[in-house]
Amino acid sequence: MSQVQNQSLPMRGAAYIVENLIDMMALQRAYLSEIDGAIGDGDHGINMSKGFSQARTRMAGRAQTPDLAAALDDLAMTLLEGIGGSMGPLYGGFFLAMSEALSTQGELNAKNFGAALSSGVDAVQDVGSAQVGDKTLIDTLIPARDAYHAALEAGQPFAAALDEMVAAAKQGQESTRMLQARLGRASRLGERSIGVLDAGATSCYFILESLAQSVKQGLTAQ
Amino acid sequence: MNRVINDPDLVVEDMLKGYVRAHSDTLSVAENPRVIVARTAAQPGRVGLVTGGGSGHEPAFLGYVGSGLLDAVAVGEIFSSPTAKSFHDAVVAADGGGGVAVLYGNYAGDNMNVKMAIRMAERSGLVVRTVVANDDVASAPKTEIAKRRGVAGEILMWKIAGAAAARGEGLGEVIRLAQKTIDQTRSVGIGLSSCIIPAVGKANFTIPDGQMEVGIGHHGEPGIQVTHIRSAHDMADLMLDIILPDLPILRGDEVAVLVSGLGATPLMEQYILYGELSRRLDAEGVGIQRPFVGNLFTSLEMMGVTVTLLKLDDELRDLLAAPCQSVGLSVGGER
Repeated sequence: MSQVQNQSLPMRGAAYIVENLIDMMALQRAYLSEIDGAIGDGDHGINMSKGFSQARTRMAGRAQTPDLAAALDDLAMTLLEGIGGSMGPLYGGFFLAMSEALSTQGELNAKNFGAALSSGVDAVQDVGSAQVGDKTLIDTLIPARDAYHAALEAGQPFAAALDEMVAAAKQGQESTRMLQARLGRASRLGERSIGVLDAGATSCYFILESLAQSVKQGLTAQ
Repeated sequence: MNRVINDPDLVVEDMLKGYVRAHSDTLSVAENPRVIVARTAAQPGRVGLVTGGGSGHEPAFLGYVGSGLLDAVAVGEIFSSPTAKSFHDAVVAADGGGGVAVLYGNYAGDNMNVKMAIRMAERSGLVVRTVVANDDVASAPKTEIAKRRGVAGEILMWKIAGAAAARGEGLGEVIRLAQKTIDQTRSVGIGLSSCIIPAVGKANFTIPDGQMEVGIGHHGEPGIQVTHIRSAHDMADLMLDIILPDLPILRGDEVAVLVSGLGATPLMEQYILYGELSRRLDAEGVGIQRPFVGNLFTSLEMMGVTVTLLKLDDELRDLLAAPCQSVGLSVGGER
């Protein structure tokens, strides 16, 4: 039986995309904290995993399974409620903007996923002040967004554009290893921050990778 | 580490329990346990005043909830910003329909959480504006004044804005006065020893015995100079040499002076320093209108002091003299 590659999936029934994000964050908890411990306060994995897992409780509290936009809203609100510091507002802002961009859509397709991704990246840039090269999650997000849109413009299908996004995110994440932190707690270490991955850029790669895998799964599973 | 605590991970929760029990006559805790609300909050039509920040600076921030001051405060973990939801809930608690002013200090985490809190509040139709305090002269050069951090000068911003709100001024006017106050305020700190976050268990910076760090931040952010310890006389001169030319404050000006201990410096020494500041300001021909001395904005058990000067004019002088009552600061009336 050959699998048909669809170009869209219904928003209703796509809450599993957020559930997969929550599962992924629990799996990466120890690794993210280990990276953060090298130049930060070592709690990135713990905070992220705690925040994401609380979103599961919020989603379970709904009368019916939420559609993707509502599930993203649940995740955003949980992060804004549960994580102080900078990761709560940055990722909360990211998922809230994605949720708002998708809230009127009946199905997820290459075009509105791209719009939601751009909107999420805009929100992160608006909330924070980081530029590419500052050794933050922006180093993952910007190249990922740009690669996704470049692939679409080149006429590639949804799944292939997602692959391009993930490849660029990985490169962006890896680029933080040789960067010197200019913002956040790690910036106080100056040159000592060079040689270690940024924890935020790394969790951001995991998030984009999980989003892409889940969407592709939905495109082939129908 | 000799401390009066139960669980190092729960010091903020445990402090809030005691705080609300001790001061239940004037404040209460919101549905969100990280939001403290004045009993006088949310009066119909009056502008609401909100701040928030990390714990460990007591009596800041929650100590300035009260009449003629703040209506609600968002409480974070030690030295860590409150969540966006807590800032949002503080805004909701403070709103009496006249809009809400969020007056807070310039730190990356607070900036981001306040921004998201406003986005959440706007969803429910609330009108919110902000002023970001940046009074710490040593934290960035004057050419990058927007990068400076907010420290004890925030107390004077809350005092002036609180008096304006109590007088019935609208949101635009309260914001203008808060911004003007912080624009005319300059602070600098000297650190003599480090501090330990209970859950961390060890100091994350050190100041060697016999040394002092000029320009140190409220969380141990590096200062501009580490030098051998000086007399209170010389410390006063050193601090005023940094503050006075920055605004500048000149002969014939009038200022409010606020001296705060950082937690472990005795009040005796704070008054010794105030005496020296007063000597120097007299010599400069700068008049002192209203001094405040005490542990007003601390950093756990750090040894050291901060000095804040606010250059006054007629409207600021009147608002500073207006009555207020809170755990951290009371002016006029009975206490």
